Amino acid sequence: MIERSLQALRQALAAREISSVELTQLYLDRIARHDPQLNAFITVDQTRSLAQARAADEQLARGEAGPLTGIPIAHKDIFCTRGWLTTCGSKILGNFVSPYDAAVIARFAAAGAVLLGKTNMDEFAMGSSNETSFYGPVKNPWDASCVPGGSSGGSAAAVAARLAPAATGTDTGGSIRQPAALCNLTGMKPTYGVVSRYGMIAFASSLDQAGPLARSAADCALLLNTMAGFDERDSTSLDRPLEDYSRELNVPPGDKPLAGLRIGLPDEFFGEGCSPEVMRLVEAAIADYRQLGAETVAISLPSTHLSVAAYYVIAPAEASSNLARFDGVRYGYRAPQYQDLNDLYSKTRAQGFGAEVKRRILIGTYVLSHGYYDAYYLQAQRIRRLIADDFAKAFRQCDVIVGPTSPSTAFKLGEKAADPVQMYLSDIYTIAVNLAGLPAISIPCGFAGGLPAGLQLIGDYFTETRLLNVAHRYQQTSSWHLQQPGGFA
Amino acid sequence: MSLTLEQVHRVAHLARIEISETEAQSTLGHLNGIFSLIEEMQAVDTQGVEPMAHAQDLAQRLRADHVNESDGLDQRSAFQAIAPETEAGLYLVPKVIE
Repeated sequence: MIERSLQALRQALAAREISSVELTQLYLDRIARHDPQLNAFITVDQTRSLAQARAADEQLARGEAGPLTGIPIAHKDIFCTRGWLTTCGSKILGNFVSPYDAAVIARFAAAGAVLLGKTNMDEFAMGSSNETSFYGPVKNPWDASCVPGGSSGGSAAAVAARLAPAATGTDTGGSIRQPAALCNLTGMKPTYGVVSRYGMIAFASSLDQAGPLARSAADCALLLNTMAGFDERDSTSLDRPLEDYSRELNVPPGDKPLAGLRIGLPDEFFGEGCSPEVMRLVEAAIADYRQLGAETVAISLPSTHLSVAAYYVIAPAEASSNLARFDGVRYGYRAPQYQDLNDLYSKTRAQGFGAEVKRRILIGTYVLSHGYYDAYYLQAQRIRRLIADDFAKAFRQCDVIVGPTSPSTAFKLGEKAADPVQMYLSDIYTIAVNLAGLPAISIPCGFAGGLPAGLQLIGDYFTETRLLNVAHRYQQTSSWHLQQPGGFA
Repeated sequence: MSLTLEQVHRVAHLARIEISETEAQSTLGHLNGIFSLIEEMQAVDTQGVEPMAHAQDLAQRLRADHVNESDGLDQRSAFQAIAPETEAGLYLVPKVIE
């Protein structure tokens, strides 16, 4: 059962081959057995999950099933969930039981999904290794001495170890795609504005976007169908007609299913900076794409090497403003002892935030402060424009841009934790996509030394359906995405 | 460019994060490392480039100015139930005016 696709689970539930209660219990048992090694979940609540599963079974019996009725889904602990602890990986929200549901949570509930648990993450989604979580690091199911990637590391580890059929994540600079690559999953960041940010705890609002982490592109398409849609409560939500992201997947594959597809290969993604083992796997996947009928064209994204620099001005600037709300007054942690109001704020925030979050708040405060705004913040926004223009130019020559998702396979726990700059550079291939607001997907493309590597496919705005199809065609003729880590029987 | 210890204290104060002398020292090292990465931007000529605040150049949506939550008082109690300290529907903080 745990190897079945979401579509197959749906059919099994509809055919009464298994009930939602049985399916949910199966996963809850797997979490109880294996999560102590992985630490992928922050909150699991058997009683609530099973109650939702029972309600789903009743719906199924009445023939009122929605697209995901009865299927358990794990959610990143960044999504406010009514009545559930919602920590965002931080001590400062260690007691925060949300009084309302995020749009993503509500949409999954409306589609009939069962909430399986809240997954571990880097604190406030700031990290690329899941080591900044107040609730402890997550281990990579492929090698427990390695990181699962971040910030959606708990979601990735949970799905990779088959502790959940699928999960949600959020991606501000690569936080869905990089853990997907490091854990052998398919993970998609949609176009900015496609998924509502309502109730999704904000890190950098102009970059944050939610998306699915799953075992295949086909599963991601089903999940995105539930997640995407206009929401007037998010001022940057885009009012567009709904689309079926699975619609191209069911076209029977011909001999050359991707004939006519132009794949752009940016010089900048194939130079120095990527490990040779990962590069070999990426090159092999590109050769496979040629077999599927795609042609490749050389392109250039000359400003992308500036993306990490621009990102570490823009994201901390937005974060310093967003995280001002955590003040120990209205919700969350409050320092036990303080002198006056300023002292209450300063002690609450000093005790409630971890080191990486504080660093980013300080960077953001500095770059926005008087005398530095033009040199840093405005300059970063101008570079952001150059980066977006690079992509716009490239998409006149190609349909999809392909390269590595991450410059290496999973690194060791602790390896980069002491050096923020090294950690930041693990996102060199993913960050530019967030700055431009484009959709991108990471898919498994092989193993180096027993650890998975990811191939990143970047599309023009609103081409999620095509990206999912391009990923799906590869997965129809490869088996990398079907490989699972040992030790999780 | 590199920051001074004094600037670290100043920024920490602006951000309302209490910071000890030892923390300020290690933070200074980390921040200078990060700023040396950021400095890469400064060599780029961006004259005439329009700053990009957002992925989609859209006008901000407006809505009618009316109450759209029907159960205002229930919301208040639900939201205040999770606050550190409240009284009579108000959030309590240390005395600001003597």
